[in-house]
Amino acid sequence: MKDAGGATSDAAEAHWRAALAEGRFLLQRAVNSGTVVFPPRVAEPGTGDPDLEWFEASGMGTVYSVTIVAQRHPEAPYNVALIDLDEGARMMSRVDGVASDAVRIGMRVRARIIAEGDAPLIVFDPVGR
Amino acid sequence: MGGHFPRGSSAIAGLATYGIGEAPGFSSLELAAKAGLLAVADAGLTLGDVDALFICLPDDFFAGLTFAEYLGLTPRFTDNNRTGGSAFMSHMITAALALSAGYIDVALIAYGSNQRTNGGRLATSITSNRWDAPYRPLFPLSSYALAAARHMHEYGTTRAQLAEVAVAARQWANGNPEAFAKGPLTIEDCLASRMISTPIARHDCCLVTDGAAAIVMTRADRARDLARPSVPVLGAAAATWWNSIAQTGDITTTAAAESGARAYTAAGIGPADIQVVQLYDAFTINTILFLEDLGFCPKGEGGRFVSDGRIAPGGALPVNTNGGGLSCCHPGMYGLFAIVEAARQIRGEAANQLPSVDVALAHGNGGTLSSQATVILGSAATV
Repeated sequence: MKDAGGATSDAAEAHWRAALAEGRFLLQRAVNSGTVVFPPRVAEPGTGDPDLEWFEASGMGTVYSVTIVAQRHPEAPYNVALIDLDEGARMMSRVDGVASDAVRIGMRVRARIIAEGDAPLIVFDPVGR
Repeated sequence: MGGHFPRGSSAIAGLATYGIGEAPGFSSLELAAKAGLLAVADAGLTLGDVDALFICLPDDFFAGLTFAEYLGLTPRFTDNNRTGGSAFMSHMITAALALSAGYIDVALIAYGSNQRTNGGRLATSITSNRWDAPYRPLFPLSSYALAAARHMHEYGTTRAQLAEVAVAARQWANGNPEAFAKGPLTIEDCLASRMISTPIARHDCCLVTDGAAAIVMTRADRARDLARPSVPVLGAAAATWWNSIAQTGDITTTAAAESGARAYTAAGIGPADIQVVQLYDAFTINTILFLEDLGFCPKGEGGRFVSDGRIAPGGALPVNTNGGGLSCCHPGMYGLFAIVEAARQIRGEAANQLPSVDVALAHGNGGTLSSQATVILGSAATV
């Protein structure tokens, strides 16, 4: 697998995490079919084609579904969302920058990499409102 | 072409439940053993007749080995397949094929859990995968909530329609002495119950109980000569489409659409022929999704379909006549309890017995709407 910077790795997940730590949100694309793959894999699901290339996600997406998780007082509720990335893959994430109960299915969002705990994490912010 | 199932060649010859509700002091293994022994006795067989074991326990990944040792079984075939709460339907498929092939003669399928009196929470070692976990979804509840939220968005399904499922389950439970949750329950009660992960509130969730169940399967010709009415397996099929809820295509359509269709084909019947339906209702949305995916109503119509008591006692389609996971019992992996209730309806000995049931469907769900498996049972008259 070749990434946008020309490095190669067969260990897809480690490669993805290393890129994320450098501030890059990568996706894989099957060279032959064009299918976008997330989470990263060693081969295209369905075909087993190992010819995958890395590319940097636009970060743009749309909320496919969302649930608001209640917590015991005084902890604030938080949202858990499924985001359809513009490139075609879907991921679980969270929409920040807006009250949880204002997150709507169909909302356009943009990815942002934050530090949470001791690891980088991809969250999304609403755009175009 | 694959997928062939030996229609009617094997049958449920014995069944039992044990310790449903609260069974203080019992381990999961002890509960499963009790149910297993009762099912073998119900069939009029002895432990020495059992030559194949199918089991999963919530707290033991080697349960097949542990259970065989515990009861002194030396099975020629041991299946510890774990596809979550649908595992038992998959066990039945494997058992039916092995019985039909003459590889085994008597299959014991057993399950037990003490999760209520030993902690009071769903006993599972399964969690969100590492891609999902940083976002702190409640596992497995938020996965079902995401499916329900999308179903509401696409089809206009309402929380009151979800509540209809819980109310119907409670009404069935009120007629079942074995059921754990009894008493009046209204739509308003459900809507007012504590929100957990929108749109799923407390009354949309299955119980946390203890309990054990077991069935014995033999070839159909042998089952006919045994102690109890034979319950032939007319068709069965399983399907897996994903594990994480983030990896679905259309989140409102589950692999039950495939498992159900294949099970109907195997049985040579369709949804209109099913007289009673037992579905794995871990959450109220499950019942709606599975009624759609199994062909009882069109996709998106499930919420309207369950309204006005249609699946409750006296309704047009009896669903979860024991009270289901919502109000009868939910010892962690409910699938086997759905099978037992379907078989009891055919044997004519269910607590809420329906008149002359010849065809019943039991559907299991595993993971987070991930693994789906459907079993269609018949009376002796159907083969």
